Amino acid sequence: MIPAIGLLVGLVIGLVLQPSVPLWLQPYLPIAVIAALDAVFGGLRAVLDGIFDDKVFVVSFLSNTLVAAFIVFLGDQLGVGAQLSTGVVVVLGVRIFSNVASIRRHLFKA
Amino acid sequence: MSEDSTSGPTPTPGDTSGDTAPSAAEPSRPWSRLARSGRRWRSRSSVVVALLAVLLGVAMSTQIRQTREQGLESLRQEELVAVLDTVTQRSGRLDEEISRLTTERLRLEQSAGGPEAQQAAQARIDALAVLAGTARATGPGVQIVITDPQGTVGAPTLLDAVQELRDAGAEAIQIDEVRIVASSFVTEDAKGAVSVDGVALSSPITIIAIGDPQTLASAMDIPGGVVASIRGLGASVRVTQDRSVRVDALHAPASPRYARPEPNATDTTPAPPR
Repeated sequence: MIPAIGLLVGLVIGLVLQPSVPLWLQPYLPIAVIAALDAVFGGLRAVLDGIFDDKVFVVSFLSNTLVAAFIVFLGDQLGVGAQLSTGVVVVLGVRIFSNVASIRRHLFKA
Repeated sequence: MSEDSTSGPTPTPGDTSGDTAPSAAEPSRPWSRLARSGRRWRSRSSVVVALLAVLLGVAMSTQIRQTREQGLESLRQEELVAVLDTVTQRSGRLDEEISRLTTERLRLEQSAGGPEAQQAAQARIDALAVLAGTARATGPGVQIVITDPQGTVGAPTLLDAVQELRDAGAEAIQIDEVRIVASSFVTEDAKGAVSVDGVALSSPITIIAIGDPQTLASAMDIPGGVVASIRGLGASVRVTQDRSVRVDALHAPASPRYARPEPNATDTTPAPPR
């Protein structure tokens, strides 16, 4: 509940304040957002599984974001930036899908 | 990294009560868990979670706006290189087209002095020379011989003949050895002797005209026309059509002393004689 409200509040703030992204951050922000989303869905699933832990959530959120950004950065330096970022996005998408499926099974028994 | 794989089953205090209360119906337990998770909002970890969620929301909306506004700065190096390649290719093609069009424009400008222009100029010279009487001309036409022993044919008759021939499309006319041009004049002195351009004429008078023979001959033969009036004056006239006559009298050109051409005289090239 709190994360959902927090998300909405954050979206509204972003629309109103319209901050601009610093240049060094720009290539990594999209991947970081997807990774954070994956952590949020994982946290939501944990709530429904009854195993939610705030510390775990925070750590997984931050580590997801940082590792995804790092992988993209590494890929750029190695020259496989496009492929690696595609791979990261695919994996995160798969995890988001599986978390959402589990949430759905919990909530709607379907 | 996500909750299900790394965390052991450490249920938070709030959930334990949900697990041990058998009164909570099975289907609603997940929903109640959801609802209960929103109740403990004063603990520090909840604040952190909320903060992180807010951060995520801000990042998401910012990134969406960013993608919409600036396409280029958010790209990575490889994508930028690809875009650069495409743009460079296109620029190269456009440069080629520029040089091709420039060459063609130069060619067209220069062809103003090329063979086509020279031909056009030559045609104009020929046409003007025929009209001005500075060039001999040949072509189909008629030959009119007026036999007038009594000298009854006067200037008006000759002038009529010239006008009728011109009306019928004659392009070059000569009377005896005088070329008829724009400045030609026919006069008659007190004794009835006819002169053209100051040259006295005596019978027989030969008029040669280049044009369509049929048309010229018909123009002479119209009722009340030149032939009729000459015969009415008592002279005789014979009109002969010919497939090739020669106007070899020339007129010395003279520059006008008073008339000057206007600065932007229109460039009307007279049709070259057929």
